[in-house]
Amino acid sequence: MKLLALDTSNQPLSVALMDDDQLLAQTTVTVHPKHASYLQPIIESLMTSVHLEPEDLDRVVVADGPGSYTGLRTAVTTAKTLAATLNIDLVGISSIASIAANVFTEGQLVTVLFDGRNDKVFTGLYRIQNGVPVQVIADQHTAFDQWLPQLAATGEPVVVLGDLANFRDRLAAELKTNFMSLPAIMSIPQAQQIGRLGLNMTPVANINGFVPRYLRLTKAEADWRQQHPEEDSGNYVEKV
Amino acid sequence: MERNLILSFESSCDETSVAVIENGDHILSNIVATQIKSHQRFGGVVPEVASRHHIEQITSCIEDALTEAQVGYDDLDAVAVTYGPGLVGALLIGVTAAKTVAFAHHLPLVPVNHMAGHIYAARFLKPIEFPAMALLVSGGHTELVYMAEPGKFEIIGETRDDAAGEAYDKIGRVLGINYPAGKEVDRLAHLGKDTFDFPRAMDQDDSFDFSFSGLKSAFLNTTHHADQIGETLSREDLAASFQQAVVDVLADKTVRALREFPVKQLILAGGVAANLGLRERLTTELEAFDQTELLLAPLKLCGDNAAMIGAAGYVFYNQQKFGDASLNADPSLEFDWLASGATV
Repeated sequence: MKLLALDTSNQPLSVALMDDDQLLAQTTVTVHPKHASYLQPIIESLMTSVHLEPEDLDRVVVADGPGSYTGLRTAVTTAKTLAATLNIDLVGISSIASIAANVFTEGQLVTVLFDGRNDKVFTGLYRIQNGVPVQVIADQHTAFDQWLPQLAATGEPVVVLGDLANFRDRLAAELKTNFMSLPAIMSIPQAQQIGRLGLNMTPVANINGFVPRYLRLTKAEADWRQQHPEEDSGNYVEKV
Repeated sequence: MERNLILSFESSCDETSVAVIENGDHILSNIVATQIKSHQRFGGVVPEVASRHHIEQITSCIEDALTEAQVGYDDLDAVAVTYGPGLVGALLIGVTAAKTVAFAHHLPLVPVNHMAGHIYAARFLKPIEFPAMALLVSGGHTELVYMAEPGKFEIIGETRDDAAGEAYDKIGRVLGINYPAGKEVDRLAHLGKDTFDFPRAMDQDDSFDFSFSGLKSAFLNTTHHADQIGETLSREDLAASFQQAVVDVLADKTVRALREFPVKQLILAGGVAANLGLRERLTTELEAFDQTELLLAPLKLCGDNAAMIGAAGYVFYNQQKFGDASLNADPSLEFDWLASGATV
């Protein structure tokens, strides 16, 4: 199975091409903020480098959130359009799991923090089992001070990846020797990891309905729902 | 002539649209998923909400457009897409999807300026003859555009502050009309009289520029003052007075531009081109211009849609103006100004 994997959830951009579990090619760029300009050229040059044509692809795997809203939409739009237009499989993988999958220590707890500003984080907790991250606490958008006690409550060593700058001191103080930090490169998504995770997963049934998992409403939407608790927040878009 | 088919995309604001256009002038399908109901909850377009809706809709719109047109990817010659101006996050969905389809099916990609698209809505009426001029009036733009030849668009005048459509939405709010207010203000205006004599900004100015913020302020001051003294003003007369001022300024500047730049056609396009008061007035004014034909963009194609992008895209396709995989959204994309001193 020829598989294309994409992750543009945050500042790094990573694209991988795989043939089953064998990596054919991968490019990871950490310095370009404009994924919209760079993603498609990188996909095309990787495909050319391994002599693949779009119609050779069988499956697209994409990191579908949480993360930067615009970043998520870049890879998810590419992935869902490619899957729909070529009539091939689409699989979404948590952007948190994408990075947690960099860890291979069996049984290890891993959390990943995406700084959501105002001391909020997008995060989740995983355990490495049979070489893949298995969810222990669901991905969520939460205040860091509410997340930290949940990590401490595990009573186990926890590898913490992602944006640590604003949280390192509190992690060290609260988790003490259970706070495991790894070299920064372990926090960079490598698309081959979501390719590996998505290889055998059941593809999404409804490609048209596939959207990023933002894990956070827009402020306008949240305010509106609060003011209109009785209203159905359902379908506001209509084809005319 | 060989049949040319373009799959076109538009997602610059609050409509996700995909169309299939044959030979640049025939609509095989034009799917428009509008988000108006969603943004009405907030009294105007919320950009992040718009982006989220676009990604929900995009592939289903592609599928519907191809199905309705009864064509497959193998039948297509190119993919055209709006890359600006507009909301950056919204534009990116269409641009990304269009690039992906072009790549997947080995098709050329044609980037289209959204405003050129609005002008080419008139192409579905009849061929555009050059030189031509367009009065483009929408929620984000108000400009006079000179077109010396196909694919060439030069601004000769534009708004210095609010766009006309923006002014409609703002005074609509005061009249208790939800966004987009244009249609309802237009309806009320036809029931009232111009009794308030609001200012016609820059009407005596030599430039072809417009200004609507003074008119908007005069309107708001009038209604605010009436509120304070407990007086109730006629909504119909307020709407009629506002609309008359807008139409006077647009018509006077356009007539002046037509005298200085004789053209074969004047095209009225953009969302506000659906305004009946403006259509009626320009129709009357153009009676004095024997050599200039008035093309009113079809009412159904005045709002944002991908059909118009396909029509403009066909022109650029024939000129081989292709984009590549690095095409990005350009939220503040603009036509160039007509070079000063240029002879026409």
